[in-house]
Amino acid sequence: MDNNSKHVREPLVHLTRRLNVSARFAWLIRIGAFVLSILVCCLVSCLLSGKVSFGFFFKHLFEGAFGSGMLVRALLRDLSILLLLALAVTPCFEMRYWNIGGEGQAMMGAFGCALIVSYTSGKMPVWGTIVLSFVTALVMAVIWAVIPALFKAKWNTNETLLTLMFNYIAICLGAYLIKKVVPMGTGILNFDSGTLSSLGSGDFWIIVSAAVVMTVVMFVYQKYSKHGYEISVVGEAPNTARYVGINTKRVVVRTLFLCGLISGLVGFLLVSVKDASFLSDSTMQSTVAGRGFTAVLISWLAHFHPLAMVLTSFLVVFITRGATQVGNMARLGNSYAGMMVGIFFFFIIATEFFINFKIHFRPKAEKKPHETAPTEPEQKPVARDPE
Amino acid sequence: MIMIITQAIRFGIVFLYGSTGEILIEKAGHLNLGIPGIMCLGGVGGCMGAYWAYQGGAPAFIVVLLAVFMAMLFGALGGLLYGVFTITMRCNQNVTGLSLTTFGAGVLGFWGTQMGDKEILFAPASRYAFTPSLFFGASTPDNWFTTIFMSHGVLVYLGIVFAIVVSVVLKRTRTGLSLRAVGENPAAADAAGIPVIRYKYVSCILGAAIAGVGGAFYLLDCTRGSLEYVIDAMGWLAVALVIFSLWRSNISIFGSFIFGFLYILPRYIEGVGLAEKEILKVVPYAATALILIVISFFNKKETQPPASLGLPYFREDR
Repeated sequence: MDNNSKHVREPLVHLTRRLNVSARFAWLIRIGAFVLSILVCCLVSCLLSGKVSFGFFFKHLFEGAFGSGMLVRALLRDLSILLLLALAVTPCFEMRYWNIGGEGQAMMGAFGCALIVSYTSGKMPVWGTIVLSFVTALVMAVIWAVIPALFKAKWNTNETLLTLMFNYIAICLGAYLIKKVVPMGTGILNFDSGTLSSLGSGDFWIIVSAAVVMTVVMFVYQKYSKHGYEISVVGEAPNTARYVGINTKRVVVRTLFLCGLISGLVGFLLVSVKDASFLSDSTMQSTVAGRGFTAVLISWLAHFHPLAMVLTSFLVVFITRGATQVGNMARLGNSYAGMMVGIFFFFIIATEFFINFKIHFRPKAEKKPHETAPTEPEQKPVARDPE
Repeated sequence: MIMIITQAIRFGIVFLYGSTGEILIEKAGHLNLGIPGIMCLGGVGGCMGAYWAYQGGAPAFIVVLLAVFMAMLFGALGGLLYGVFTITMRCNQNVTGLSLTTFGAGVLGFWGTQMGDKEILFAPASRYAFTPSLFFGASTPDNWFTTIFMSHGVLVYLGIVFAIVVSVVLKRTRTGLSLRAVGENPAAADAAGIPVIRYKYVSCILGAAIAGVGGAFYLLDCTRGSLEYVIDAMGWLAVALVIFSLWRSNISIFGSFIFGFLYILPRYIEGVGLAEKEILKVVPYAATALILIVISFFNKKETQPPASLGLPYFREDR
């Protein structure tokens, strides 16, 4: 308001898009943000709780992630599952189809698997149950992924909102199944037989190798296949895609079919291999446990690049497990880790701004130019607005 | 039956606050998936405000006022954070919103644990929020009408007032028209001289402040001061309600009643299996999904989501 009195006024902060960003610069910023986010997490923890000190925080952060062979295996297992789910949603994002329904799609996979295991276990040979539950998981997840895609292709239904609703419908269906199978139970289905994990202790290798294989497959699919090319054209220039004769609708449905397959695999791995149980509750506690949403972040942070996703999912799992350990040691409760992960996400999301935009400050002799002070643009949000 | 209706109104108000805030934000073209997190933050602020005022021996009116103020402040801080990321820094809205939800739910849980350790209870302070005497005086005749419409705490009426005000502002005022223009086509609005960035910020912060009261309302009124960690689940229902009511907060007053009814119905019906009760909970989401499909099928201009919903606006882009 006080600015309006001056007629000619150069805004204090001026943004321009960076056009060609070198990969080195981008990664430098990301690594900086990661280090900064850990420091802030540490600082916040110290301020909030007298029990946490600087050394304590870092000791348990690393101990929680890499403290023992078992913990490293658990870290790799979590990483693999998150990575798989991120791989599932990545091609959708690449074509600007905002599928935030990874949660629901994996949930339906888990649902399909749990359904078969609950009703056929013991009545069928174990392998029969496993194969059938695997197939059902894939089919259910594909159905769940393709329905919104069909509506998107046909009537341009807003896919972000529709997949969001589908997440919760899936969770409610899961809760229904649990109550149907064990009406008076604890709200969790435990499977003693009929799962892959009941056969032996190879579950760690199954999950990790599935992730490795899928990462390579997705990398090749994205980079070298015609499908991958079509996806990127549809995402970046839908009109060009139409002009060169790509059937956009078919690409959307096909890509979501693929997404459903991989998220179905995740659902199967969660129920049949990792947990040997199925949980779903209308308060949003579930077997998938929010991984579908985290996968969205992982995929986006890695710029939809499968190999970079290995790194981003590692960072997320590292923070989650490390912070959980810090929280346990200082008795800060279960939610402490969530808070830390939230802080970490904010920092990493902010890097996109510094990578994509260049900040120019009004040249002035007495003003000290700040290089990349992150608080600078937020203090003057309206400053460059009125002309 | 009267009891169910009364409870449905109360629980619906939680969704109403959340959806009124989200409508305001979405009308500016921002899909804020951080609403559940913002409601959690508001819950923290509201409980703190109520507790402080109560400990300070303040009168009932001040207790509620401070609770609302603190809830709005905390919600607004969440909205400001979201705004800085999505408006100034042009980060992806979905990703920012989801992070905010993670963060907000984490803060509520963490804070709740800390309060539990210190054995701080909010039940005494919340009494002022849910007793109707503050609003209508102690002596109201006892019949079905007063039970349904006049037996609530003051925050129920505040929620309805917010919804009506937002609806009127959006529909009938110049400011509302400008705001809707920003959400439909920010470049055109900018060319018409509307300060796009300022509108976006104000709507993000105000919307988040309103949603924040929803979280406080849930903890102070619905649970009567006991800390429950289902606010984020309710926040998603609030996001669903926005679509259900076709981005109109006057419709969402009725929508919130329906959602509240469906939310509490499983607790009251008898002679139905537990599994069937679970399936009832799917109805609000399924109905919303159906509405989303139907409005895209008819493709009428009045019922569509804001055209630039979810897209960042950078003036120098073409």
